[in-house]
Amino acid sequence: MLDLSKYSSIGEAVRDALETWPREVCLYESDRGEEKQRITYREFKERALPLANWLQDTGFKAGDRASIIMTNQSKWLISAYAIFYCGGTLVPLDYKLKPEEQWTLLGHSGASVLITEYPIWRQLSGSDRRARTPQVKTVLVTEAPEKAALAGARAWESAKGESQPTFVPRRREDLACIVYSSGTGGSPKGCMMTHENYLEQCIALTSLYPFWPGVKYLSILPTNHAIDFMVGFFGPFICGAAVVHLRTLRPEYVREAFTKYQITYVSLVPLVLKNLQKGLQARFDELPAGKRRMFERVRSINKALTKTRPRLGLSRLLLKQVHDAFGGRLEAIIVGGAFTEPETLQFFYDLGIPVANGYGLTEAGTAVTVNDLRPFRADTVGKPLPGMEVRILNPDVEGIGQVSVRSKTVMAGYLNEPEMTAQTIVDGWLMTGDMGRFDATGHLQLFGRKKNMIVTQEGKNVYAEDVEQAFQGLPVKEYCVFAANYIWPSRSMVGEQLVLVIHLEHGQSLTEELRKEIAARNSRLINYKRIHGTVLYEQDFPLTASLKIIRVALAERLGTLPREQAILAV
Amino acid sequence: MINLETMQTLERTTQEILELAAKHFKVTPGSLRAEDDFYKKLGIDSLQALELLSRLENHFHIELPDYEVQGVSDFKTLAERIQARL
Repeated sequence: MLDLSKYSSIGEAVRDALETWPREVCLYESDRGEEKQRITYREFKERALPLANWLQDTGFKAGDRASIIMTNQSKWLISAYAIFYCGGTLVPLDYKLKPEEQWTLLGHSGASVLITEYPIWRQLSGSDRRARTPQVKTVLVTEAPEKAALAGARAWESAKGESQPTFVPRRREDLACIVYSSGTGGSPKGCMMTHENYLEQCIALTSLYPFWPGVKYLSILPTNHAIDFMVGFFGPFICGAAVVHLRTLRPEYVREAFTKYQITYVSLVPLVLKNLQKGLQARFDELPAGKRRMFERVRSINKALTKTRPRLGLSRLLLKQVHDAFGGRLEAIIVGGAFTEPETLQFFYDLGIPVANGYGLTEAGTAVTVNDLRPFRADTVGKPLPGMEVRILNPDVEGIGQVSVRSKTVMAGYLNEPEMTAQTIVDGWLMTGDMGRFDATGHLQLFGRKKNMIVTQEGKNVYAEDVEQAFQGLPVKEYCVFAANYIWPSRSMVGEQLVLVIHLEHGQSLTEELRKEIAARNSRLINYKRIHGTVLYEQDFPLTASLKIIRVALAERLGTLPREQAILAV
Repeated sequence: MINLETMQTLERTTQEILELAAKHFKVTPGSLRAEDDFYKKLGIDSLQALELLSRLENHFHIELPDYEVQGVSDFKTLAERIQARL
């Protein structure tokens, strides 16, 4: 791999990588089981530089912001490199957001360029929010059908300059990306990530989980997500490895990709990992009694032999069929985005498949701790990565307190939110809002959150305030959305839920009509943002002088109600 | 000339989706309605929804790109998207 300590920006490191491994394949792209293209490092460069030249011809310069809203595919990475080549700041946005939400974040980020896919652009260009975001002047659209109306955009494939673009160097402290960790409804949380954040994170991660030429990383998590950006783009590229993209993410094609490409690493969210576990368990349960006993015996032997560290070669021999189903070359499954239940992690480890579980957040530059597998500890989220200082603030008698982090990977702050930044980064320490403690061996264990938010098993951060606008105009006196665990602190990070707290008008009751209205509004929300229940509160909400709800105080008062009885089904 | 007997109407597409979904997730046939939110009614997650989609693609002999069903959570809208591809 490249020695990243010598580089000052993502663009500079990737530029050298493209020269170092010109003949290695860097990208495979498959659709419904059929390989559509494979691209070498040299070809990647040949596709990216004309785009960089074209962008420079339009006046795109150092520090300008360009957004990508695309599904995982080669043009995502090619476009990202072209932006970095020009010294631009990348704004990767979630393609699953609604068009209105995407325009809101585009406006907030200050992006002047948008690179997107035709189906996404069809929806974006039809939204009336477009007119309110005039700073987005250049739109490039990939894979548009011939003669399709592009509503002021230009075909990505035709955006090719004819001269050699100028590489624009950046300093380590310059902004590389603005990554939105949430906030499409309330205050957008645009994490300002510097080039140093990424370079240092990559050094730390690859020290534990190295890439090398020949590695094939299966990219499933959306690339706008900090994890895939690191392990599905920057990490593999600076090591000469390859990334596999699937244009259709159906379970059957994902399964097939493991064997077809003999995948080395994959990152999954807990939901997908649990689904894999369920599928494997069902297959084990179907085994005839004799074979089942034999399998259990072999699994026990594997478990005993891998107690102190993984022995991949041995496990692949002992549990050949299981490993073959994953392609036979899998080094580890990286799991992130949300908390994973220890039983699921242990299930895979006992099969000889290491699961690199850890803990992180976008604000910290993604991973803070990762399990080093020596030995594997399913009940923890691992030890701090090299270069990470982690401390527990105000620990209680059991040693549990707020996890705080200091590291070169911590973001520069939230875009346009100095107050929120000052509350989150205090004296150089990032306040994570997560509760944890270290055990005697230096492994971090997590015990719930201090924040009014939930993280779903799909790895989605949902802030209660963001969901509130769905209930705007609800015919009640007052309402507010909370993470249930914020009201009733819990030591679990699994099964987190949102609740809608309502204060009815004097003499009003929770009629069937009102229930239906709440249910209807709830069902219009995307599934992971939905509230789980309603809580009736009979007193006035505590308000500030400017009539804003004092959430902390309200949560404290609500916390005196018994949780189970208080939450009514929607 | 259009053969009205063999023409796949939206109503018929919807009905077939409801039947297939009921069969796939082993719920009582007839218990699902077009307006139902399938995540909620069937208690399924996004991955299980993708499985159903593959099943429907095979049944209707179509390919439904992921972006077409982005954000769709009720049978009625799903039927409309499928119908548009028939």
